[in-house]
Amino acid sequence: MTGESVSEVNLNVNGQRVSRDVEDRTLLVSLLRDDLGLTGTHIGCDTSQCGACVVHVDGEPVKACSVLATQVADTTVTTIEGLADGDGLHPMQAAFKAHQGLQCGFCTPGMIMMGIAIANRHGGAVSDATIRHELEGNICRCTGYHAIVAAIGDAARQMSQSAPLAAQ
Amino acid sequence: MFSTKYARANSLGDALERMRAAEDGKFLGGGQTLLATMKQRLAAPSDVIDLTKIPDLHGILVNEHDVIIGAASTHAVVADHAGIAATIPALSALAANIGDPAVRTMGTLGGVLANNDPAADYPAAALALRATIHTSSASYPADDYFTGMFDTALDEDEVIVRVSFPIPLRAAYEKFRNPASRYAICGVMVAELSDGTVRVAVTGAGADGVFRVPEMEAALSGNFAPDAARSVAVDPGDILADMHGSSEYRAHLIPVLAARAVAKAGGA
Ligand SMILES: Cc1cc2nc3c(=O)[nH]c(=O)nc-3n(C[C@H](O)[C@H](O)[C@H](O)COP(=O)(O)OP(=O)(O)OC[C@H]3O[C@@H](n4cnc5c(N)ncnc54)[C@H](O)[C@@H]3O)c2cc1C
Ligand code: FES
Ligand code: FES
Repeated sequence: MTGESVSEVNLNVNGQRVSRDVEDRTLLVSLLRDDLGLTGTHIGCDTSQCGACVVHVDGEPVKACSVLATQVADTTVTTIEGLADGDGLHPMQAAFKAHQGLQCGFCTPGMIMMGIAIANRHGGAVSDATIRHELEGNICRCTGYHAIVAAIGDAARQMSQSAPLAAQ
Repeated sequence: MFSTKYARANSLGDALERMRAAEDGKFLGGGQTLLATMKQRLAAPSDVIDLTKIPDLHGILVNEHDVIIGAASTHAVVADHAGIAATIPALSALAANIGDPAVRTMGTLGGVLANNDPAADYPAAALALRATIHTSSASYPADDYFTGMFDTALDEDEVIVRVSFPIPLRAAYEKFRNPASRYAICGVMVAELSDGTVRVAVTGAGADGVFRVPEMEAALSGNFAPDAARSVAVDPGDILADMHGSSEYRAHLIPVLAARAVAKAGGA
């Protein structure tokens, strides 16, 4: 190939409009991390196995390592940085803290984004079995998952009681 | 990933035109398979033509006889569709168990059928339910569509537009999943169609991709019961062997999973 094909990508990221010219082969995770400095979205495997890169695109969970930035142009993207309201943690973040749903923290941004997707999809009465099934694309090497499942269940109950919060 | 040029097709004609103009173009569905192969540099298309914004490839229609699903429908959309759940619940359950939620947000029916991975789930449903695959230039009965591992009747420049699944009397899918990849080590779809025909399709186990088991179909036609499925031995000769399981292991799984599927479908 001679010459890179470059496209303008417009997105709403965590409530801010952004516009960038990127090579067409740019992955969403590279745009977020390298161009926008949002390094909370992690890259664990780069092969869509681990879920460390999960973000929301128009409210649905997506592995940012496995989608082109151009593919999601003109959508709304929410990353882990977009959850807290100042010092006030999102209920899912607070529940991970309360239940100690993390150790090294590497998987945590993806777990929290997937946890919110699970809560949004299944509501407050979500069972542990459903949470475990829905976490199949998110790998944690530290915790053994019990505390993560407990945190997601707890936050799902809280979220269903309050009005839909940020990052729906 | 090598350089590539991305374009979003806004109509079927636009997609075909862009493909004609491209040096070495590839259609893009959700990208959940294609992007991985591009990242590994196993594929290096000059152009990727995104089909997922084409209105003709969207929409799900349920009528008296068929469920007709646009090829760009994601696994999540199929899993959540009330009309499909009411008519072919086996198809909803199948879609809800593909990969993980993030894969289901992006991956599409058309992408799975075009790729024809020997371990993918939808090929078993298409074959067992006697689906018809409608493309930009033809309509293929499932029996003629799947032509081998990663091989189909499609031409390079042919787009799957929609797929119609006849509504069966009863059907169920049983999948023995690889816990790491979530793909099927073996999966069996059993269906009793509206005309009483019984069809059994197996994915994950065929050396040439998805296949039917005529002996089991015959056994189940007379007696739609788990024991009838279990009584049919499968010859390991044509069965896939890899690091996840030998041919004998997979051949053994077929009647076991078929019996479970028959039970799930209400056979007794
Ligand atoms: C972690 C992970 C787990 C998975 N687990 C499973 C599983 O358990 N079961 C399963 O069945 N699948 C599984 N998959 C695959 C997933 O279902 C993909 O969505 C699917 O294989 C490809 O669909 P896509 O829309 O992403 O297609 P793409 O990757 O975009 O395209 C795949 C191929 O199809 C072609 N294509 C796409 N759409 C069309 C069309 N409409 N007409 C003609 N050609 C087209 C492309 O040119 C390309 O050659 C998994 C994938 C991942 C990453
Ligand atoms: S980095 Fe995306 S799934 Fe692992
Ligand atoms: S907390 Fe370390 S990988 Fe999950």
